[in-house]
Amino acid sequence: MVEVNLWSGLRRFTDGAVVVEVDAKNVGEVLTGLVQKHPELEDIIEAGVSVAVDGKVIASGLTEKVRPDSEVFIIQQLKGG
Amino acid sequence: MALDKVVPQNGPEEYEGREKYTHVGTRVDRPDGLDKVTGRAKFGADAHAPGMLHGAIVRSPHAHAKILKIDTSKAEALAGVKAVVTRADFAAGLEGEDWNILENVMASDTALYDGHALAAIAATSSLIARDAVKLVEVEYELLPHVTDVDEAMKPDAPVIRAGQQSKLVPEGMHPNVVNYYEGGHGDMVAGFAEADLVIERHFTTEAAHQGYIEPHAALATLGNDGTGELWCCTQGHFIVQKTCAALVGIDTSQLRVTASEIGGGFGGKTTVFLEPVALALSRKANRPVKMVMSRSEVLRATGPTSSASMDIKIGMTKDGRITAGKGVFRLQGGAFPDAPAGMAAECSFAPYNLNAVSIEGYEVMANRPKQAAYRAPGSPMAAFAVESVVDELCQTLGLDPIETRLKNASREGTKAAYGPTWDRIGLVECLEAAQAHPHMQAPLRESEGRGVAAGFWFNHGGETSVSLALSEDGTAQISVGTPDIGGSRASMALMAAEILGIEYKNIRVTVADTATLGYNDVSHGSRVTYASGLATINAAKDAVGKLCDRAAQRWGIDPEAVIWEDGCAKPAGPNAGQFDPMPLKEITKRMGRTGGPISGHFEATPEGAGVSFGVHIVDAHVDRETGKTSVDRYTVIQDAGKAVHPTYVEGQFQGGAAQGIGWALNEEYVYGEDGRLQNTVFLDYRIPVASDLPMIDTVIVEVPNPGHPFGVRGVGETGICPPLAAIANAVSGAVGVRMTSLPMSPPKILKALKEQ
Repeated sequence: MVEVNLWSGLRRFTDGAVVVEVDAKNVGEVLTGLVQKHPELEDIIEAGVSVAVDGKVIASGLTEKVRPDSEVFIIQQLKGG
Repeated sequence: MALDKVVPQNGPEEYEGREKYTHVGTRVDRPDGLDKVTGRAKFGADAHAPGMLHGAIVRSPHAHAKILKIDTSKAEALAGVKAVVTRADFAAGLEGEDWNILENVMASDTALYDGHALAAIAATSSLIARDAVKLVEVEYELLPHVTDVDEAMKPDAPVIRAGQQSKLVPEGMHPNVVNYYEGGHGDMVAGFAEADLVIERHFTTEAAHQGYIEPHAALATLGNDGTGELWCCTQGHFIVQKTCAALVGIDTSQLRVTASEIGGGFGGKTTVFLEPVALALSRKANRPVKMVMSRSEVLRATGPTSSASMDIKIGMTKDGRITAGKGVFRLQGGAFPDAPAGMAAECSFAPYNLNAVSIEGYEVMANRPKQAAYRAPGSPMAAFAVESVVDELCQTLGLDPIETRLKNASREGTKAAYGPTWDRIGLVECLEAAQAHPHMQAPLRESEGRGVAAGFWFNHGGETSVSLALSEDGTAQISVGTPDIGGSRASMALMAAEILGIEYKNIRVTVADTATLGYNDVSHGSRVTYASGLATINAAKDAVGKLCDRAAQRWGIDPEAVIWEDGCAKPAGPNAGQFDPMPLKEITKRMGRTGGPISGHFEATPEGAGVSFGVHIVDAHVDRETGKTSVDRYTVIQDAGKAVHPTYVEGQFQGGAAQGIGWALNEEYVYGEDGRLQNTVFLDYRIPVASDLPMIDTVIVEVPNPGHPFGVRGVGETGICPPLAAIANAVSGAVGVRMTSLPMSPPKILKALKEQ
């Protein structure tokens, strides 16, 4: 299981939780796992989020690996100039 | 991680960085230099086609109005007019961002801002097209408007577009608030209670335009068979292809887009404005259509950055430890969602290692043009607010601004305000370089102040494809799909030269069109030297593998027994045999007869873009009679990871600082009571010119990014983050007034001095 940290504004859709445990081996499975546990997150995730894994911001790569002890944060989708 | 648990920063572990580079890090001539100084380079407006028509756009003079009727009959009757398009000539049924872009490109039933496009005309000359624009009759029902971000959030503010609000927005907020972000960690009450001094301030910044020299331009051909060609100035022709195909309702593969040379973008050319309109006109007229914006159109209808309203509260102990930081950021994004409020919040406290931090961002709609990215979107205004309060805390407590920042600096292993634990970052090295710089020791003149500020940007990877082809004569051609907005052709050639072991001058890099290369994300997010560079390195390695195979084949040994060094295949290991090194040229001249052409390819979405920090030092003085602020000395210190072409890196640092100086001191969108933009030309919208700027000194810090083979970090955006605050801090040091509203134009400074 991987502990996924959410930005605190999302807790309204996770019964107050800002850390959610999911069974995942990559970023795609992290996002799928979050939606399975908290379906209200689906459209927010579909609208676009980035995932920080062990300090590295994954902007779009669903196949990026995640280990059980990885530090995982859901953050705002990045857009640059 | 708490402050008392800070660990020393580790050296890079994963990147393959070399002790010595042959090509990377040299200051070679730019490949596009001769073309640009001789006028041979082709920009957006330089394209022509046989039978070409000229397009012009009918724009709303109102900030907010229902469109009751558009009568184009008189315009169509004018001799020379060949086509007129309105919203009905574009695709129907779009959703999400495509719908928003189309709504901005051509209004449907409501004009949402002064300058919003309502119809377009193609005629045999530009003059006729512009005359025809005046003949289009539009009936409006004027609606109440709002252009200020705080006003747009008030309960009685006019609703700009109902139904746009994300469910993330807290209940009870005005429909103009379309998105909300909240983050942070720690006990805020305990954090502020621990402080010896707490300062709370309100800040505002005005919208600033990217101010690129080259206005938007496009030449489009779209036949009735649904196949088209488009030439345009853009930061990303693949996204132009995808978006335009959706907006005019054709298959993506049927539209070939070629990027022109680009006269600046800075984020403002990451979307489309004219391009789909030119395509729709061309389809209707069955002739090529060229469109070029005037400067007034650029300012009225293309994306400036957001304006912002921000509240910052920071607590500090007497010895300079920050105990808690809170920031609320409200950014308006025009009459559309997507203002970078969340990124402003996430970037705001990035330089600081905080036990207690709370950040909130509100995206707000107003009757202004759709905001577009501008160098590190959201970060400069957030840095202005946070770094101003940190400076005021240091001033009040009598602390050194750099020493205090070092004491609280984010570093590897500390927790970022937006959540994750930092990987290897270079903020401490930048602060130490600033501390040691002669600028910090130089005496100030009377009435001069010195300001310091730090800034942060994430940087980005993104989808990337690169192809490298070797020629028989041993030279190489590289095709990239990222328009060269900051010297990337030189950087790609240097990195390929390092891998191939051939001379820089023997490599030509071309920005390939959408029909000849796989998909590439836009040149944005400071991603190109990182992502296209990584892809170029890997494409070159792919070619090197094939070169080694050919040498092995000729020598009759296993390919694994061949290595590549100094541009030659060499036998490796005791059992490989004794053979003279075989140069690249020796292999390529026979490649057609030994298995065919040799190329290298790489396609990926690299996700290891290292973040970048910078620290700026500014000396400025203020004329107390006129209120004019002059920047006397300026130094940029920034982490580049590894500077592939140091001159270009320095140019990016200087460019960011110059644009920041403009944003800080003069640039602003001025709206009248009627919601119309008042300053639509560069005479009134004042960007800095050479005489406004000192020579901007630069220091390149190199803390390698573990996510890139050579340690590269993007450098294009961070440079605009610290200037707004650094200049405000210098002004405060010079005349003792704390400016909390940008721009710090002479009238505002005079008012502050009078109230002093």
